Amino acid sequence: MIEVKTQMPYVLQGGNYMKNEMCMEFDAISTNESLARVAVASFIAPLNPTLEEISDVKTAVSEAVTNAIIHGYENTYGYGCHGISKPAYVEVNEGKVTLRCKIERGILCVEVEDKGAGIENVGKAMEPLFTTKPQLERSGMGFAFMEAFMDDLEVESVVGVGTKVMMKKKLRCGTWLEHEGEE
Amino acid sequence: MEDFKVIDNYLMVKMPEEIDHHKAAYISEYADKYILKDTVENVVFDFEDTRFMDSSGIGIIVGRYRKISCFGGKVFAIHADRQIKRILHISGLHKILEIME
Ligand SMILES: Nc1ncnc2c1ncn2[C@@H]1O[C@H](COP(=O)(O)OP(=O)(O)O)[C@@H](O)[C@H]1O
Ligand SMILES: [Mg+2]
Repeated sequence: MIEVKTQMPYVLQGGNYMKNEMCMEFDAISTNESLARVAVASFIAPLNPTLEEISDVKTAVSEAVTNAIIHGYENTYGYGCHGISKPAYVEVNEGKVTLRCKIERGILCVEVEDKGAGIENVGKAMEPLFTTKPQLERSGMGFAFMEAFMDDLEVESVVGVGTKVMMKKKLRCGTWLEHEGEE
Repeated sequence: MEDFKVIDNYLMVKMPEEIDHHKAAYISEYADKYILKDTVENVVFDFEDTRFMDSSGIGIIVGRYRKISCFGGKVFAIHADRQIKRILHISGLHKILEIME
């Protein structure tokens, strides 16, 4: 769990690693899928990530946020289908998605949380090609992509309570070791 | 729509800059209109303008493949950049999709 707290004076630990945290909350509608991935891409931009790293992170964030919207809150497209801003369906389920990000020692941690339907069997849900919404042309590759494009993926979910997806990725400049680079 | 063109029995679909769940529905919907009405047998997805794709793009391709493959049709991808090729490969789509250089 990333706790977003007020930033304490930060002493550089040997390396030139930047520390930064952010948290945003938005409605569970499909227009916010691009908002979320662009926000995370801008968040890591100061670390000079490679183009590939940016693409990987954007895809993983897009998958997690899309899942929260369409599976967590069952909002099929929300607003803006066909590029118009009126609701595609009159009914849009209320719900918020929370996105928390943290960078430390060049490691990006991303959390995507919803208070929606929850997942009955997380192990099964994470299998490639498994989907509960084939009628919406979901491919069942969401978790597989998060796994492929990030270094670490954990999912916590309770039926009727919600789902939290936690992902980590070491950026080019990063290190997993707490004390590496210190004297 | 200028993003959809029928040439002989090929439907050319110009994919948008970003392909996600939000954009996916209209692409599938329009492509299917052409697949039903014209003499379309094959579908070509053109990724020239595409800078971002997630698994919703896989759903679009697999969905169209299901519609045309029973009549012997094929799906093709052109102008896919490195990242899109990676995504196509990870999802195993290169087995049903011909990726042209
Ligand atoms: N946030 C979520 N809330 C509820 N169910 C979820 C959530 N995320 C994933 N799931 C379940 O896990 C399945 C697999 O997810 P994923 O791999 O992204 O495939 P897809 O989204 O294409 O179905 C989904 O079909 C859904 O049943
Ligand atoms: Mg998904």
